[in-house]
Amino acid sequence: MRILALILQRIAWLVPTLAGLVAVVFFISRVIPADPVAKLAGETASRAQIELLREKLGLDRPLLVQLVDYYRQLLSGDLGTSLFTTRPVWDDLYARLPATIELTIVAMMIAVVIGIPLGVVSALYRNTIIDHVLRIITVAGLAVASFWLALVLQLYFAMDLGWLPLQARITGFPPPSITGFYIVDTLVEGNFTRFRNVVAHLTLPAFTLAFPALATVVRFTRAGVLETLQKNFVVYQRAMGIPSGLIVWKYVLRNSLISTVTQIGLLFGILLAGTVVIETVFQWPGIGAYAFEAILQSDYAAVMGFTVYAGVVFGIVNLVVDIGHAILDPRGTGA
Amino acid sequence: MLAPDDNLLEVENLRVSFGTERGVAKVLDGVNLTIRRGEIMGLVGESGCGKTTLARAILGILPANARHETGSLRFGGEDLLRMPRRRVDDQIRGRRITFIPQDPFASFNPLFRIGSQAREVMKWKSPRRPEHAGRGLFGFFSRYPRARRKADAADAVEMMRTVQIPRADEAFDKLPHEFSGGQRQRLMIALALMPQPDLVIADEPTTALDVTIQAQILKLLKRLVKERGVSVLFTTHDLGTAYEICDRITVMYAGQEVEMAPVDDFFQRPSHPYTVRLLESLPKPGREPREIGGEIPGLVDPPAGCRFHPRCAHATDICHMKRPATTSVSAAHDLRCYHPVGATVPA
Repeated sequence: MRILALILQRIAWLVPTLAGLVAVVFFISRVIPADPVAKLAGETASRAQIELLREKLGLDRPLLVQLVDYYRQLLSGDLGTSLFTTRPVWDDLYARLPATIELTIVAMMIAVVIGIPLGVVSALYRNTIIDHVLRIITVAGLAVASFWLALVLQLYFAMDLGWLPLQARITGFPPPSITGFYIVDTLVEGNFTRFRNVVAHLTLPAFTLAFPALATVVRFTRAGVLETLQKNFVVYQRAMGIPSGLIVWKYVLRNSLISTVTQIGLLFGILLAGTVVIETVFQWPGIGAYAFEAILQSDYAAVMGFTVYAGVVFGIVNLVVDIGHAILDPRGTGA
Repeated sequence: MLAPDDNLLEVENLRVSFGTERGVAKVLDGVNLTIRRGEIMGLVGESGCGKTTLARAILGILPANARHETGSLRFGGEDLLRMPRRRVDDQIRGRRITFIPQDPFASFNPLFRIGSQAREVMKWKSPRRPEHAGRGLFGFFSRYPRARRKADAADAVEMMRTVQIPRADEAFDKLPHEFSGGQRQRLMIALALMPQPDLVIADEPTTALDVTIQAQILKLLKRLVKERGVSVLFTTHDLGTAYEICDRITVMYAGQEVEMAPVDDFFQRPSHPYTVRLLESLPKPGREPREIGGEIPGLVDPPAGCRFHPRCAHATDICHMKRPATTSVSAAHDLRCYHPVGATVPA
């Protein structure tokens, strides 16, 4: 009941949030000194021809009018048409969505499943060699530029060792489209050769994308566990002789995860931004690479489409984070 | 059944030190203490005198920067410091020696229901648990057979009734914050008694509570442990509290015990200058409370000899040099002082 109310409340909030986000990105993309119409019209087009095209596309009207017009489009479920591919933006996004979602979710899972235990271990062995090594790795994870890490990993694991494919999502034919997620589709299909192929292709981009998020998860979990270990209820359970593994992994971890879960919500922002770079480097046919092209070409409708997508994803992730909190902390939203 | 004057716990010459930034702090420096079966022993002293460290040393939960140096902790004839760690964890701590914490507000995990926290204690520490039951992997994957779980839960509800928790059968499904401070401390008492221990370590269990609640809790605790013949080590800095509940009192000063006496003797014939000053610091009608004067010494580089000598009006040269040996004021009244105070303090 509490969770249902939470969901409805968050969805209600999503509408004004998205409207604001769209307005901000709308204006920013328009003030950038680039003229997609001139590019679209071609090098040989005359000034008059360019203006004619601009008028035809409706881009000569006042910005505010265009924005209101865009809102009206959005409400009817239309994301507009790409200037360059001339296809509806929704169709482009829809075709590329599964690739990005698959990549992002796998990266998030890597960050969480590896990051949380490493954070706990780092806290338990505070200021020992284990902790120091983990600290070096996590600081590096936050400092290293992901395109550089991507290139290094490609050079080593794909070019030198040849263990993993260099780029793309799959070699050969894609599996029959059921969910669009290749991992799921190959499993449903029961084709394990293709499944291994898909996993191999996913490994490098997912790990590269996950690395900064993983570093953050480790650091926050470590801090949370260290803080919780000081609490009186830990002393109490130790005094009562409860097995220490249970104290740490059941009782302390739950208290520590509350702050980590908040971080995971914010980390999705890092991941979304990361997909733009990672998908470009790994030739991953997802939305990030699409957004990259769209921004370069000032393809207004496509940029806005990516914005709306990112906004919706953020809304969903924050909802999931809030639900996570509600599950972890039964005391209610007041706490 | 053992004779009533049989010693359950004998702490002998216990030394514990802590590595700190300023050097090694000798927090317990040769402490001696005995607790008899069925007795409530008060451990009295100012903050920082080592009461909590001694309580934690007995429980075996000293912080990581602490070191046992020498001494022994004989419990039921066996030295806990030399017992295999595994056995202390499994058979002693939480089972035969249980714990009532100082702060009942912070000592329950706020995210788990009372029932699941009580069940955890019962799963590992109930008297029904076979001695060689496995602990599983880090405590996970360990069986809690249904029959024992049910019987334990029934006991737990019964115990919660005994400590006067209203609607005890519903308490299991509640979260800690749904109880008042006094109720939480009652729950702590229930949890401490459920394993049917021989000794309960109560570390300032009423300090965090209102005065009226304190009195209720003390009365309840005293009645329950006396009914069950359980011994208690009751630490407090409040002599009034000690007077109400204890059978004997040990006074600690700067990591050493200085006087040990039955409670009546303690208040009628305090013999150590520190004890006398401690009693004089209590407010009383017709007399201004008197401060002890001076400060508790640092434990990294404590005064030699009797640690109280810098603050003591009676100190002579010998006090600077050697810690006084234990002498008897009367049959059960032990003292470590070269210059015992002879005069009786007006009661």
